[in-house]
Amino acid sequence: MSRRHYDAVDHVRGTSQYIDDVPPPVGTLYATVVGSPQAKGSIRAIETAEARALPGVHAILRARDIPGQNQIGALLPDEELLASTEVAYIGHPVAVVVAESQELARRAAALVQVQVDPEPPIVDPREAFERGELIAPARTFACGDIDQGFSKADVVLRGTCEIAGQEHLYLETQRARAVPQEGGAIRVASSTQSPYAVQKAVARVLGLPNHRVEVDVRRLGGGFGGKEDQATAWACVAALAAHQLDRPVQIVLHRLEDLQMTGKRHPYSADYEIGLSSDGTILAYRAVLYQNSGARADLSTAVLERSLFHATNAYRVPNVQVTAACCRTNLQPHTAFRGFGGPQGMFVIEAALAHASDHLGIPRHVIQRRNLIREGDVTPYGQPMVRARGERCFDELAEAFDLEGMVSSVKAHNDQRGPTRRGLAVMPICFGISFTKTFLNQAGALLHVYGDGSVGLSTGGVEMGQGVNSKLRDIASQALGIRGERVRLESTNTTRVANMSPSAASATTDLNGNATLEAVRQVRGRLLALAAERLGAEVSRVDLIDEVVTLDGSPTDWSWTRLVSEAYFARVDLSAHGFYATPDLNFDTNTETGNPFAYHVWGASVFVAEVDVRRGTYTFEPICVVHDLGRSINPVVDIGQIEGGLAQGIGWMTLEELAYDDQGRLLSRALSTYKAPDGDFMPEVRARLIEDDNPGMPYGSKAVGEPPLMYGIGAYFALREAVRAFNPTARLPFHAPMTPERVLMGLYETEDPEDR
Amino acid sequence: MKINLLVNGALTLADAAPGLLALDWLREHRRLCGTKEGCKEGDCGACAIMLATSEPDGGVRVRPVTSCLVPFGELHGRGLITIEGLNVPGELNPAQRAMVEEGGAQCGFCTPGFIVSLCWYILYSTDPEPSLAGFRDAISGNLCRCTGYGSIFRAAERVVARFAAGGDLEGVWQAPDRVAALVERGAFPAWLAELPQRLTELRVGLEPAKPRSSEAGAPPIAIAGGTDLYVQRGEELPHVSVQMLNHRPSWSYIEVDEERVRIGGVTTFQDFAEHPEIQRMLPSILDTMELIASLPIRHRATLAGNLINASPIGDMTAYLLALGAQITLVDPQGQRREMPLEDLYLGYKTLDKRAEELVGQIAFPVVGADDHVAFEKVSKRRCLDIATVNAAVRVRLSSDGHTVQAARLAVGGVAPIPLLLREASAVMVGRRLDPNLLHQVLQAADGEVAPISDVRGSAAYKRLLARQLLLSALTDLFPRQLPLDEALGLVAPAGAAIGGRP
Ligand SMILES: Cc1cc2nc3c(=O)[nH]c(=O)nc-3n(C[C@@H](O)[C@@H](O)[C@H](O)COP(=O)(O)OP(=O)(O)OC[C@H]3O[C@@H](n4cnc5c(N)ncnc54)[C@H](O)[C@@H]3O)c2cc1C
Ligand code: FES
Ligand code: FES
Repeated sequence: MSRRHYDAVDHVRGTSQYIDDVPPPVGTLYATVVGSPQAKGSIRAIETAEARALPGVHAILRARDIPGQNQIGALLPDEELLASTEVAYIGHPVAVVVAESQELARRAAALVQVQVDPEPPIVDPREAFERGELIAPARTFACGDIDQGFSKADVVLRGTCEIAGQEHLYLETQRARAVPQEGGAIRVASSTQSPYAVQKAVARVLGLPNHRVEVDVRRLGGGFGGKEDQATAWACVAALAAHQLDRPVQIVLHRLEDLQMTGKRHPYSADYEIGLSSDGTILAYRAVLYQNSGARADLSTAVLERSLFHATNAYRVPNVQVTAACCRTNLQPHTAFRGFGGPQGMFVIEAALAHASDHLGIPRHVIQRRNLIREGDVTPYGQPMVRARGERCFDELAEAFDLEGMVSSVKAHNDQRGPTRRGLAVMPICFGISFTKTFLNQAGALLHVYGDGSVGLSTGGVEMGQGVNSKLRDIASQALGIRGERVRLESTNTTRVANMSPSAASATTDLNGNATLEAVRQVRGRLLALAAERLGAEVSRVDLIDEVVTLDGSPTDWSWTRLVSEAYFARVDLSAHGFYATPDLNFDTNTETGNPFAYHVWGASVFVAEVDVRRGTYTFEPICVVHDLGRSINPVVDIGQIEGGLAQGIGWMTLEELAYDDQGRLLSRALSTYKAPDGDFMPEVRARLIEDDNPGMPYGSKAVGEPPLMYGIGAYFALREAVRAFNPTARLPFHAPMTPERVLMGLYETEDPEDR
Repeated sequence: MKINLLVNGALTLADAAPGLLALDWLREHRRLCGTKEGCKEGDCGACAIMLATSEPDGGVRVRPVTSCLVPFGELHGRGLITIEGLNVPGELNPAQRAMVEEGGAQCGFCTPGFIVSLCWYILYSTDPEPSLAGFRDAISGNLCRCTGYGSIFRAAERVVARFAAGGDLEGVWQAPDRVAALVERGAFPAWLAELPQRLTELRVGLEPAKPRSSEAGAPPIAIAGGTDLYVQRGEELPHVSVQMLNHRPSWSYIEVDEERVRIGGVTTFQDFAEHPEIQRMLPSILDTMELIASLPIRHRATLAGNLINASPIGDMTAYLLALGAQITLVDPQGQRREMPLEDLYLGYKTLDKRAEELVGQIAFPVVGADDHVAFEKVSKRRCLDIATVNAAVRVRLSSDGHTVQAARLAVGGVAPIPLLLREASAVMVGRRLDPNLLHQVLQAADGEVAPISDVRGSAAYKRLLARQLLLSALTDLFPRQLPLDEALGLVAPAGAAIGGRP
């Protein structure tokens, strides 16, 4: 199929429009949010006189100015749009300044004084747990008999992990523009992965029915989960101001505001206990995961669920007990981020395996290989594994990239005792595809064929760089039998597709692609019926291939455009709405078992890290990957997702350090202090794809968005190995990320290990 | 302030505050929205444009810059090239075509910035032939969160292949006027070939720009490259009176005589590194530069600005301290005073300098054959990151290579000021260079540093790093006198696997 990104030409010419690139309507005003200066406390006063006095400031809105409900919580109703009495994190929105320009609004906002009676904040999830600050009751996934498992084990090892969060760093910061419409309605252009969530929240805040709120999304300059729930607040702010002032209002966050005010990937603290036989077979695994949820629920409970689902990664563990809790702290409400809790769950068992390897003297990759899930194994959540590919991916990786050769060349390198040491780590993955909230696994598509043969397609999928528009164009054009250029992807709009699920969980193409196929089926059926009639043949003998109607496989003189034109004059319906709901999904939260996933994505990767023993800096050899892709709809898009996901995963495990002080203040709050991988840092990726059919999904494809991120965990353990090749006594606590600081401290650690 | 400039070749009369950012002017006043804002502090490259200036020698120079750090007032008499100006009607330019073919754009938000950087390299690089390494340097200031860069590098390789033997642009790179040759092939829009002439025309009879009267009054803030000022005081600058040092082209120079190297008060990092005499004297300067900021920032950042910003981790500050720099301060009355650089720093960001004094010149003794210079820096990310700790050394050895005749060791990030290690330097002079001396140097240095914990690292880490960077600099400079195994033996923990230990 196609090898291009749908928007590529506009992107490279700089003509793609993001929200604020569209010329603003006359009279547009600009909003800025004033955030709390304290991490916890009650609001004593908000002094606005100075700000109001600036010429060009139109309004300063507070909680009491909200006409509807001051409530935007998506899963739990615990989040006010503007804090009314209590603040719960630094940057917590308390007021909105609306002015003639963005710059003026910011200047005025700086003059607003928010006075808070401060209380001591909680920043550590374990402390929150001890104090009973839980967003929801803790949950436990279990299988087998955990005590018996441990009693049979030859070794039982315990340890802890501290896993830091991660900033999304979408290059386009959060933004929205709201324009009042007649009849009290409002139209909101939002940079959101969840148009329906924005629609519902705006309606609630303004006290309107959903149909008075139109949300439109052309594209996002990156999302990665950070605009699944967290775009909502900014859209509501713009809508509130527009509604109250009856003027168009735009809000664009400055990078510093975005970093300070928006939630990130959840940090986790964890305890593990693993029991193995002396040959490295895992017999029992117990873990407690303390999720640092931040101040409000956001999507934390759903994220937590995925940590539980993926707590044993790609391994068969007969006896499991994993407990996890959403711990409320005074940080930004943490949120979705590519992997959605899965990576944190996986890190813990990978750490436990590193511990086991140290203890048993068996290489980590040997233990990993020995314990991979096999066909028919049942997961701790009760889903039998079908088409399990863990062993196949691992073995193809070992063979294609000569794993044993790599292991011995790493050893040979280290034996030279030069200025660097190397370490190797393998990272297998197994990631379930579907929203774990079963009801979200639905999608709609609206297909229009116009009289000239061009096609417009609207779905619930939001284009954010993941290539969903490219794939939907490819799916629609292939299914119709026409060239891709004929298909235009319309913006994602709540008036064309209602009740859409967020573009998330890697499932956007699966769901919206199948809905598109259903819409195509209807229109194509009508067109072929007409063609058959005109050709005087049964429908079964006609087809539409490469823009031409065929009869018994031979081309006729009925081209696509002729057929469409004929259909129009024959008053055939050239539009259709398709709907799809993933079949056979279920999950029972009472027993914590069921079939939550349509299928799993598998893969394996190997990392070789090289550490400079004098400086503590490091590089990586090319990363080798075998990835289970299904049939690729658009290889350029899929390779891009693998490389891009890996870059984020490696960044999370190495450079990207979110530093907070004990008052909950974010210290790495600018791009000068928060470092994500750049071109120099990123190693080459060598990916081999396993391409075979994935039944039930568009053209046998598989979701690709999230899983590759988790390969990045391998970077951590490769670095750990390299450090230990120099300093075998280094204790190296399982703290992620493995920054150059942790590496150097590990290389030169003597008795007192760092404790930070 | 009213100014005359070229925007993508079109003569433009514009009026705005001199301190307004070029980025905001382009997007808000001109609605040229291909240029994006990703950070407003020079760290992402989404706002990349090119800046064309006519040089004292009459030529035209085009530099890649981040428009979020360029003041509007500086654009008087200059030319801007934005993404919109690189579009060929109905066609894609070579960078664009390759990026489309390789899927180098995902969400697209970073893409115009990447295209501008790639095009700058194609149009204006002085490399003898294009290379992937050259392209990598050209995008050293561009961040992409979507692609992981693989597709962008493959796109660069495609462009390299087109210029190589057998490619459809073979020979074009080496053409006497590459831009014209590319235009002739239809690879770039025609106006680019006319840029030099249009810029010359613009400058004929051009009056100096006059600040509006309301802007006069308060003492102006001196802006050189703006790479510190805009990051630190960006919101304020459009509203205060400013003085554009870049309007003094005569302040940009590098002169070398028998004894001294003299550098002007607005000379940039890049001009310094590209100067043939500097490269001859300091052969590792290009490797050093790779660790400092990014290409577009180095095209703006001045040495003097780095010194006056007085950050304890300024890279060129540490470097110039080790080189033994003297600075000349000039006041508006023309009074001059010269002082050793280390005397400028009195305390954290406090300088022995009056507000109205400017750094007119920086000078250091020429680096001879027996002088050995090294620079070390560790930051979280190797490129485009601020040092956690940096170090620079200048050591002169006797001709037999054994005795230290002179030494200047500097470290940054371990004290309130950029630190010249007076004791550790003194320990070396007149002594035989061997591991024993190294041990004493490291000990002396340890007594001189006093790091604090901050977002870039804990105090313990910085102390360790200072030692390790001095060790790295010296062992790399003098592998014969300071064998790696022996040097590591001085510092490695018991049980470490190093040469010479079982
Ligand atoms: C993205 C980014 C990355 C960076 N990376 C690095 C890095 O890796 N290493 C590093 O060392 N620095 C780095 N910097 C900072 C570096 O660019 C600056 O320190 C630069 O050298 C300052 O020069 P400037 O001309 O831009 O100064 P400006 O910002 O224009 O001015 C800085 C200060 O110096 C004063 N000033 C400027 N010129 C003179 C003069 N001639 N006489 C008197 N006063 C003067 C100004 O008034 C102001 O107070 C980075 C900056 C950015 C934005
Ligand atoms: S906006 Fe990021 S470098 Fe200018
Ligand atoms: S394509 Fe999205 S940031 Fe580069």
